[in-house]
Amino acid sequence: MNIKYCDALVIGGGLAGLRSAVAAAQKGLSTTVLSLVPVKRSHSAAAQGGMQASLGNAKMSEGDNEDVHFADTVKGSDWGCDQEVARMFVTTAPKAIRELASWGVPWTRIKKGNHEAVINTKRTTIFEDDNKHGLINSRDFGGTKKWRTCYTADATGHTMLFAVANESLKLNVNIEDRKEAIALIHHDNKCYGAIVRDLITGEIAAYVAKGTLIATGGYGRIYEITTNAVICEGIGTAIALETGVAKLGNMEAVQFHPTPLFPSGILLTEGCRGDGGVLRDKDGHRFMPDYEPEKKDLASRDVVSRRMMEHMRKGKGVESPYGTHLWLDISILGREHIERNLRDVQEICEYFAGIDPADEGRKGWAPVHPMQHYSMGGIRTKPTGESQTLAGLFSAGEAACWDMHGFNRLGGNSVSETVVAGMIVGNYFADYCIENQIDIKTEVIEKFIFEKEAYMKELVSKDTGEDVFRIKNRMKKIMQEHVGIFRDGDGLASAVKELEELYIKSQNVAVKNKQLTANPELEEAYRVPMMLKVALCVAKGALDRTESRGAHTREDYPKRDDENWLKRTLTSWKEGDTMPIVEYEDLDIMKMEIAPGFRGYGAKGNLIENPLSAVRQKEIDELTEELELKGADRYEIQDKLMPFPLQPEYKRKNVRLGDK
Amino acid sequence: MARELTIKVLRYDPQSNETVRAYFEEYKIQEADSMTIYLALTQIRETMDAGLSFDFVCRAGICGSCAMMINGRPQLACRTLTKDLPNEIILLPLPTFKLIKDLSVNTGVWMDAMSKRVESWIHTSKETDIAQIEAPIEPEVADAVFELDRCIECGCCVAGCGTKLIKEDFVGAVGLNRVARFECDPHDERTADDYYELVGDDNGIFGCMTLLGCEDTCPKHLPLQNKIAYMRRKLATVQGS
Repeated sequence: MNIKYCDALVIGGGLAGLRSAVAAAQKGLSTTVLSLVPVKRSHSAAAQGGMQASLGNAKMSEGDNEDVHFADTVKGSDWGCDQEVARMFVTTAPKAIRELASWGVPWTRIKKGNHEAVINTKRTTIFEDDNKHGLINSRDFGGTKKWRTCYTADATGHTMLFAVANESLKLNVNIEDRKEAIALIHHDNKCYGAIVRDLITGEIAAYVAKGTLIATGGYGRIYEITTNAVICEGIGTAIALETGVAKLGNMEAVQFHPTPLFPSGILLTEGCRGDGGVLRDKDGHRFMPDYEPEKKDLASRDVVSRRMMEHMRKGKGVESPYGTHLWLDISILGREHIERNLRDVQEICEYFAGIDPADEGRKGWAPVHPMQHYSMGGIRTKPTGESQTLAGLFSAGEAACWDMHGFNRLGGNSVSETVVAGMIVGNYFADYCIENQIDIKTEVIEKFIFEKEAYMKELVSKDTGEDVFRIKNRMKKIMQEHVGIFRDGDGLASAVKELEELYIKSQNVAVKNKQLTANPELEEAYRVPMMLKVALCVAKGALDRTESRGAHTREDYPKRDDENWLKRTLTSWKEGDTMPIVEYEDLDIMKMEIAPGFRGYGAKGNLIENPLSAVRQKEIDELTEELELKGADRYEIQDKLMPFPLQPEYKRKNVRLGDK
Repeated sequence: MARELTIKVLRYDPQSNETVRAYFEEYKIQEADSMTIYLALTQIRETMDAGLSFDFVCRAGICGSCAMMINGRPQLACRTLTKDLPNEIILLPLPTFKLIKDLSVNTGVWMDAMSKRVESWIHTSKETDIAQIEAPIEPEVADAVFELDRCIECGCCVAGCGTKLIKEDFVGAVGLNRVARFECDPHDERTADDYYELVGDDNGIFGCMTLLGCEDTCPKHLPLQNKIAYMRRKLATVQGS
């Protein structure tokens, strides 16, 4: 029996996991990171477009600050987010980007003088003052009032991931790749680490720690077509669910990205549209201004994805052997811009679609179709990142429902969240590891190890049973057809029913390849039942939520219903059950800094108001007026409207050019 | 008419206790439109051979997991289209890295060790106050650092390197590129002497035989040979060398 001890255990080696590990290592804790793959191959590397942080450096970013970023994020979330967490986030984001700069991320910098940009398909000249020369630049993204998305060409995630991974190596974080956490060790509602399978030798070991943090990313691979890497199967989320103690939040909130390449599902960054690219239909017509005259191609992702589907339903899509799609046109940005700032996009188009997007006119247009992209839902945590119900279990990044994205995440806010949560949650996590001791009996740990060893042997022992790949592919199809961009009661009900049947079937899988060491089929055999549990949380949550909010669109309930649904879905799983338990957590309007209202894009009047919204709005208006009369600054007003917790180091004011 | 492809894969399982020699397994599949090696191998695993091991993560040419020898050349399998290959496709694991099984090799352990060896992080005596405005960097300099930071550690350059094949401890183009990357980063205060300490020997900058295999096979088209030559000139003049 192999038991390994450390102070801080991090499951997942992407940006959130590694930055949390850095936070723990900085406090002198022995820290281990477990990763399915070499950490620099994590899905964080695929983030292309950039990271939101309100530096306010560039001409088009002038006037940006935490308040503007906060308002964009809350509206983007369709009022589904935790506003305290969103405040923690926007206050720390500028610090995160500046820290990353000092760690060597080669952020694209501002060049003084005139330069050209394409805004609303028109070539425009933007002038940058001398005093901005060399500061971090930013580009436009959907749903933001200012150009706030900082970037390194279109390889932002890659440069960030390498910097943070190298920082972890520098601090001697113990990184172990090709290790998979397959269960959490817990006792009396407290978490003590994980049972881990070595993906090469097949050995089952216990990693026992004072605190455990899950940062395993999203669960996009429960869908048939997704931009997610093949490792994004939601297993970290599933092991938290399987404790029966930890809960998942808002699992039905699943984001679809408007412009993955069709049919391969490889992402073409929102930076394409941020930099001035546009969507076109089969006639070459730019249709987004018809639907969203204000934000056009840069409304938030849920809105653009829905408008694209709507437009295709009107027969305006392009027919192809693989199905209907639309076009993304970035050729109008010019070859020079594309070859400098959208190089990976160009490469992807060349390799996977056989086109050069810099070619002028139709020749360079890329076929695109909305596809699953991001999981707003995840392990439900407090603002500190700790599970409300399972002590010692923390979560950060896409795996978590912390919850700053609510029902729709803005582009550029997710890579930003990974690092920011890594800083904030990572620090709370490190403090927990300092303050708590491992007080679990070896026999409890042993029991967990023996159970999993027996489970693996059982899996390879069956000679007849279900084919795991068939079950997995069927699950993906159901999710794609019935739990996608547009949802309705009948489709969801049939999805839930069939997923439950599949889950039952998945417990009777026969593995053809019998070895316990490196064996991809065995991995599927234990992962697929977990993925089905996650899928059931998504589908059941969606079935029960009879409203439309953010990315969750019910055609039979098209309105956002603040009267009944201003609440977070919580799902948990009792051992032996075949369906999740669904409960709800109310969002308190009277504590919100921005009372629920219209987002400024998407369909107007599509809202069932909660009477408390007007009450709170009145309170906010009166308090703001009173404080302004007294000469209070924006920080004081904010503090009175909605105080929020944050480590003092991160709560400090962010200095910007032109500050008085 | 769709082609029938014959995909020959080297099979070997060092984890197995049984003494089985390495052998080629042949799979015949129908070529589909826009088929990549990723799609072909996934189809083989799901329908013909569930035990076949290979690595993919992003399947978009971004993460570098899936480098393998495709008809004799190290390439990213995820973005290699079968239509660009003959009817017979031979797949081998990347040489020089430790074999896990079949097409899967252990690049992570090697790359982490390389990063530690060249101390692949910013060395500075300055404390940064992250609430203050960041230090300005010349835009061209930031771009130049980015050019070299684009390496995805796929291992193609190592697999394509003649020196690495005969000299186990050679740091490879990936390691030398990393040195060049930090050398031009104004955040890093290391001097040529410091870099000489790290790579100023035959297992480092002076081991390269300039066979160009690294640059020829780099899927990110990094200027590896130029940078190796530049660093070699720079380090050759270090005092005491």
